[in-house]
Amino acid sequence: MSSLEASAISSPSAGRQPGGQDPQGAASSRPLPLSYGAVFLPLIVVAVFLFIWDLSVRLSGRVLFPKPFDVALGIIELVEQGLLFKYVVASLFRVTWGFTLAVLVGVPFGLFLGWFRQAREAFNPLIQALRPISPIAWIPLAILWFGVSDAAPVFLIFLASVFPTTVSTMAAVQGVQTVHLRAAENFGLTKFQLFRWVIVPATLPQIVTGLRIALGVAWLVVVAAEMIAVNSGLGYLIIDARNAGKRYDLVVAGMVLIGFIGWLLDLLMRQVERFPAMRWAYGARNE
Amino acid sequence: MNEPSGPGRSADPCVAAAVVVRDLGLTFPGKRAGGEVRVLERINIDVWAGEFVCLIGPSGCGKTTLLNVIAGFQKASRGEVYVQGEPVHGPDRRRIYIFQEGSVFPWLTVGENVALGLMAKTEAERRGIVQHYLDMVGLTGFERVYPRQLSGGMRQRLELARALAADPAILYMDEPFGALDYFTRFKMRADLIRIWQREKKTVLFVTHDIDEAVQLADRIIVLSPRPASVQAIVDVDLPRPRDTSAPNYLHARDRILGIMGVNLWGDPATCSPDSGNGGNTHLDERDRIRAPT
Repeated sequence: MSSLEASAISSPSAGRQPGGQDPQGAASSRPLPLSYGAVFLPLIVVAVFLFIWDLSVRLSGRVLFPKPFDVALGIIELVEQGLLFKYVVASLFRVTWGFTLAVLVGVPFGLFLGWFRQAREAFNPLIQALRPISPIAWIPLAILWFGVSDAAPVFLIFLASVFPTTVSTMAAVQGVQTVHLRAAENFGLTKFQLFRWVIVPATLPQIVTGLRIALGVAWLVVVAAEMIAVNSGLGYLIIDARNAGKRYDLVVAGMVLIGFIGWLLDLLMRQVERFPAMRWAYGARNE
Repeated sequence: MNEPSGPGRSADPCVAAAVVVRDLGLTFPGKRAGGEVRVLERINIDVWAGEFVCLIGPSGCGKTTLLNVIAGFQKASRGEVYVQGEPVHGPDRRRIYIFQEGSVFPWLTVGENVALGLMAKTEAERRGIVQHYLDMVGLTGFERVYPRQLSGGMRQRLELARALAADPAILYMDEPFGALDYFTRFKMRADLIRIWQREKKTVLFVTHDIDEAVQLADRIIVLSPRPASVQAIVDVDLPRPRDTSAPNYLHARDRILGIMGVNLWGDPATCSPDSGNGGNTHLDERDRIRAPT
């Protein structure tokens, strides 16, 4: 909010509204405060978690599970060998392609299905039947079709994320309120204007939420796909560390990296939800 | 300024009629044979150009449905609706509907919302018109704010500004102030009348609030419980701004209360439904005494 608008809000016309709320609070989007609750408490929880982890491995007196310190050393070893960067990039590369393809197919298809009732009725049973098939079940076919190459995991990620993308977009279009469609019709909007000024902005927040879920699924699937179909990436790191030398410190290091990067990806999508075009839908929650 | 004594008494109804409803009926098909629901029955209404007409009736009687049919959002089972001589086949930007639940787009700013009906205009024209109507409804300075940041009353002002900016001949208003608190509603009515007198639009206004109808309308069409039919038409020839404590005002209010109340006891007061003067007897005479000029 510029100061100009802020001053306009506190003008007398606003004060004359008996039912008026304070619009200034809603208008300013505050950054998350990096304070006690946001940083300090999570750090304590992580520290306690690592301590219990370490303690339970020591008390068990076995070597079935690496200690946190061993995992940290494993990560450093991966960095020194140049593998960490290489594997992370390989995994992200596959996710980017698979996810992008899923968005390019799923969003337009979802918009189409959401808008045309007959198309939705025709396609929905097929989609709902394909959707519960785990992408993992497609691995044999993916290898058969694409061999041991990047195409196989990209295909699996595409499969994993295209369904949540399509279904959430479809639901978003169905959820556009009748009163808004009627208003658009009343004001004589053309089909294109309706799409540009009503359907797209009305559905965007829900679509982005769907994409967030889809990206989470994509990240789950890339790890599984890399365990079988390729020889690079974080999934491959885990399976390779186990097969070649039973390096369980590297197995857990891979797990830690997967979790950390998955978290970062979700934070990234959350930032997209804060874009100006999306804020109208989330504004109330931040008040 | 726009004292509505002229058009409502026009001798030839075809000349000045903005909205003509003829023998309108609507029946919703039921789940089983014979289970259909009759919603509207043989409705005849004439609304003159520039007139402010309120449709009033008990809740659930089909007022909103009737307005939806007149606006073209809903098809009738029988009968016709003509607007400015043309049969209605659907909604049209020359007659804008203001929805009870509010239909401003939350994803557009106040200014962008008002510009909705101005897509064919140039940027400069658009800006001028948007500014003009925001000033008129008292939302100056809010053009870059999102509707969610406005109060309920301000959102309905925005709804009105958006409708006026499209320059329709007719406004259909479906209980637009129903969700507002008492004071805001009172102020909104006064502002609506001020704007109506300036803009000279025809207004067809649905409400279940008798006070609201008597404060606003040139003419009040009282609908019966479902299936809705025109039960009475009451002329309200009181000068504006209306004095809500004047005997004439109270008399008009009690009269409508009587029409609606009597019916609750199963003894409908039947008035001629197709004549503008059918519903008013001595109310008219008193008004002539009171009216200035």
